[in-house]
Amino acid sequence: MSHDRIFATARQAGTIMVTLLGLLILTFCIGRLMPVDPVRAIVGEEADRATYELVAERLGVNLPLHTQFIRYVGDVVRGDFGVSIRTGQPVISDIAHVMPATIELATFAILCGAGFGIPLGIFAAINRNRPADHIIRFLTLIGHSMPIFWTGMIGLIIFYAMLGLVGGGGRISDYYIGLVPETTGFMLIDAAIAGDWEVFGDALNHLILPASILGYSSMAYITRMTRSFMLDQLGQEYVTTARVKGLSKGRTIWHHAFANIRVQLVTIVALAYGSLLEGAVLIETVFSWPGFGQYITNNMLIGDMNAVMTCVLLVGVIFIALNLLSDALYKIFDPRTR
Amino acid sequence: MAPGHLEMSNLVLTERRNGPVVMAARRFAAVIGELLANPTAAFGVIVVAILLLTALLAPVLASHDPNVVDLGNALGRPSSLHWFGTDELGRDVYSRLVYGSRISLTFIFIVSIIVGPVGLLVGTTAGYFGGWCDTVMMRITDIFLSFPSLILALAFVAALGAGLENAIIAIALTAWPPIARLARAETLTFRGADYIAASRMQGASPLRIIVKSIMPMCLPSVLVRITLSMATVILTAAGLGFLGLGAQPPLPEWGAMMATGRRYMLDNWWLVAFPGGAILLVSLAFNLLGDGLRDVLDPKQK
Repeated sequence: MSHDRIFATARQAGTIMVTLLGLLILTFCIGRLMPVDPVRAIVGEEADRATYELVAERLGVNLPLHTQFIRYVGDVVRGDFGVSIRTGQPVISDIAHVMPATIELATFAILCGAGFGIPLGIFAAINRNRPADHIIRFLTLIGHSMPIFWTGMIGLIIFYAMLGLVGGGGRISDYYIGLVPETTGFMLIDAAIAGDWEVFGDALNHLILPASILGYSSMAYITRMTRSFMLDQLGQEYVTTARVKGLSKGRTIWHHAFANIRVQLVTIVALAYGSLLEGAVLIETVFSWPGFGQYITNNMLIGDMNAVMTCVLLVGVIFIALNLLSDALYKIFDPRTR
Repeated sequence: MAPGHLEMSNLVLTERRNGPVVMAARRFAAVIGELLANPTAAFGVIVVAILLLTALLAPVLASHDPNVVDLGNALGRPSSLHWFGTDELGRDVYSRLVYGSRISLTFIFIVSIIVGPVGLLVGTTAGYFGGWCDTVMMRITDIFLSFPSLILALAFVAALGAGLENAIIAIALTAWPPIARLARAETLTFRGADYIAASRMQGASPLRIIVKSIMPMCLPSVLVRITLSMATVILTAAGLGFLGLGAQPPLPEWGAMMATGRRYMLDNWWLVAFPGGAILLVSLAFNLLGDGLRDVLDPKQK
């Protein structure tokens, strides 16, 4: 490894450290600014002065801010994110408990989003400025502009209340709750392990609507990006050369143009997967889906400080990791960026 | 004398004669004219104009008082008397939507007058000075950018407390970084230009160069970007209202209306369909307007 490489790696590591530190400062500020008194939240309204002081001392809220911040960083580094005031459980185990529901939802959504988005984007690029392109662009524009919670509610009104095609809110119907032992936390996998296909079908029936609505919004993004990447490639001279050499249109697009945008597509899909966290916050509220999004909103509404700080930190870390991943992918697969 | 030159000097002459205000108005009219020539952008312009007029003329346009409770008339279907039906307290949904446009416009107006200058200042300063100043500012921007805007806004609202004013502050805090990034990128392309070097050699201070020579060059793309981000602002504001962390009931904010309507929606679709439709329409309009503006003001981005 040359000196330049070592220097570049050290620089990269330094940047990541600084970003993480900034993130910690941000979450710390959010936590300290919150209008909830963390001591009162633990001891209750009727506690006497002595108890209050005792708890305040144990929490360290009387210490100067910078000392508190150092304590906070130390706790985070040791993996201690505190206890949720609302549930009385360690925040991290709460999050581990709600995460599978969100991952299940987001995975289905991204499968829809990428499964439809990439072909549509390529199709639109090939048929640039023809009616098909205009229709696809209109659909993506709507997906980009719609309030997702509205689409969710309209979906529930039409497909659940009027047509009765899908399940309503929640992950499964009430009468199936507790029938399948919770092994992984993923409802579909749990039901499959237990071999209970009735529950599996019911869970799928509940998943399909929120996942496809969430998927529509990421499809809009993926389609738009795929289209513009593809247009970029189709305008290059090698495409003309390949066609002049007598290569069929399909082969040119598949073997040359598409091969060149694969890395970009992986990056985009990864980012879209992360962004589903944002949509999940709203869609989970509409569908009473007991996942990360609902957890974060409920804790914000009641001002559960530790839980809010940890959730915000987690989202930040996920997005920083996704951005690093996409940078790394570019460096590995695109020799020009090295 | 070349014809182009003649036109230029004519322009300068008219500017002298009519003053900058008239010229600005003319330029504005020319931009609007170009926008109206493009059908999708025209749709955007018209919807935004309707939004402005609705907010301005709300008392005239509303058929009822948006806050008058009429329990005998609760959850009424859309009819000739109540065009969009009535809500669970018997309030007229159409009139509430009309008044709600004022809240949406407040969001858009305040957020853009905070975010534009802040983003422009941070971006141009970072780009012009470079070095550690650039590194520090862009690191901060990156931390903000690494969050989805709704989640960051949620976190700020949780810190500041729920409510309309805090929601506006929270959204402004999340909306400036993309603009700063853009202004920085633009500045980097102008920084080495001859006209900047010339004004530096004439002894202009960095502040003067940034404000007089760089900012005006960044303005078109920043304007386009602000217009496009207004679509997101509308969606985030409505999302916050929907989650109960933005504008609070009984304010007729569209997101908050849907949050209360949600409880009755399965039998009373109009409670959520109309406010959501209004949000979709406005957000769509800003997206189309932004795209159209880009074609007019910033052709190199096309």
